[in-house]
Amino acid sequence: MPYTAEKPKIAESREELRARIPGWGVDLDPKDRPSVPRERFDPAANGGNGELPERQPERWPRERSIEHAMLTPVFGTSCPPKGLSGKMRRYAYQRFSEARAAHWLLLIAADRVDATESHLQSFRTLRPDNPITQTGVLSEFRRHGISSRFGKKRADLAHLPLDPIIVLAPWVLAYLAVRRLFRALFRRGRS
Amino acid sequence: MRAMVYRGPYKIRVEEKDVPAIEHPNDAIVRVTLAAICGSDLHLYHGMVPDTRVGTTFGHEFIGVVEEVGPSVQNLKRGDRVMVPFNVFCGSCFFCARGLHSNCHNVNANATAVGGIYGYSHTAGGYDGGQSEFVRVPFADVGPSLIPEWMDDEDAVLLTDALATGYFGAQLGDIVEGDVVVVFGAGPVGLFAAKSAWLMGAGRVIVIDHLEYRLEKARTFAHAETYNFAEYDDIVVHMKKITDHLGADVAIEAVGAEADGNFLQHVTSAKLKLQGGSPVALNWAIDSVRKGGTVSVMGAYGPMFSAVKFGDAVNKGLTLRMNQCPVKPQWPRLFEHVKNGYLKPSDVVTHRIPLEHIAEGYHIFSAKLDGCIKPLIVPNAA
Repeated sequence: MPYTAEKPKIAESREELRARIPGWGVDLDPKDRPSVPRERFDPAANGGNGELPERQPERWPRERSIEHAMLTPVFGTSCPPKGLSGKMRRYAYQRFSEARAAHWLLLIAADRVDATESHLQSFRTLRPDNPITQTGVLSEFRRHGISSRFGKKRADLAHLPLDPIIVLAPWVLAYLAVRRLFRALFRRGRS
Repeated sequence: MRAMVYRGPYKIRVEEKDVPAIEHPNDAIVRVTLAAICGSDLHLYHGMVPDTRVGTTFGHEFIGVVEEVGPSVQNLKRGDRVMVPFNVFCGSCFFCARGLHSNCHNVNANATAVGGIYGYSHTAGGYDGGQSEFVRVPFADVGPSLIPEWMDDEDAVLLTDALATGYFGAQLGDIVEGDVVVVFGAGPVGLFAAKSAWLMGAGRVIVIDHLEYRLEKARTFAHAETYNFAEYDDIVVHMKKITDHLGADVAIEAVGAEADGNFLQHVTSAKLKLQGGSPVALNWAIDSVRKGGTVSVMGAYGPMFSAVKFGDAVNKGLTLRMNQCPVKPQWPRLFEHVKNGYLKPSDVVTHRIPLEHIAEGYHIFSAKLDGCIKPLIVPNAA
């Protein structure tokens, strides 16, 4: 009890634990733990030479955090910014530091715009987005969707109904917007 | 090449993409032979991580065979069988020189608060990941290691993140002999953290989750005492009751941004993206640990703010320790533990999914169907 000085005793002795748990206590000595201490200055042990690495060519203007003094010598080249979402992303990087909520909120908003742009573009290709195959939802039938969830005391059942709404809402909204647009154009054509 | 491609929240597909090119003299191109989906990939999949671009290939847990090396690479050659830490790191910067590979300052142009991670959004550097047939590996002389001849591929792929992270999380707990350790989350990282706590001399290891099949795994694989938080009105009170009202000495949070157990916290973060992550498990850790105790945070969170009970942490005098795991320094000791049979990481693998069916793999893992604990992805070129 914390109301008195002694720490509560552990039910099993050292010998019992060693017999029950393979390897119990082999890292008892902190010297055997590779991240103790967590920081240890040893440039040679970490694979580098302590110098600034050679620079990777910058094939397009690479967005970077304004908290960096310069573009890092090496960087990822996946998915350069494009379209409206690209403009939003570039603005978020150029204007706001990582300390500002606006930086992250703009990037999250750009992610949603990017998804919308990409879905619309996919309809101009031979492989349009398919919410059935891309969500993997058919595995609900093949992988015990019902028996995995119900009667199992799972806490996530409380928000389960929100998932299809979040997935389908953009599609429904897009459909309603397109329908509204076509109706407006049709009315204008008749008048 | 065939590669998994993100198409927006909850949507992915496999597409034909260009084989990555050498962009820097110390790059290598690795042909992926086995990859895994990590629990933190689900945060990307659910659209929670800012600057996750349509077209990105996820995957930071992978092994493979070197296909091509840049002109300055000396330690690897074509045909080498390699395991690649999830950290992209240079080995030379201020942080790498101190062993903080996950905080490397030379590889992530997009953010200073996080290092580089394969396939983990532009917030983590904008690198494509290994859920594909080929992947670009920067600093090939620094990051990858040859897979020991005796090691299974499935063990090796779990050493690239999940096992190393769980082991690192236990180390951050500064466990001393006889400590009571509570682990929140019975996913792969939580299971490995629980198992590692015993290696460090814990006297009692408790695992909390709401998925019965994972708690069963925690009992059999990690020899842990388990509790389903969904069965208790207040899991923190229960934790106090079973620890003589003292609390655990060490709490390890291995859940992260989509923690369940509080509807408001979960929905505002995982669904509405108004928080960097749902801190339910973190708050439980803070409240379950004893005064003066240590909370080790291994769960992944987004860069935005979260409603953490910081006042309790201050008033209890807690030590909060956290970081993305620097994977490579863990390997020599973990290789010994695997070889000695103390750790068998592939025991947590439940699903092996062909790359072409990866969309179903993500759904199974995300929805926790079919007893899924750890799904592996097998590329066509493997």
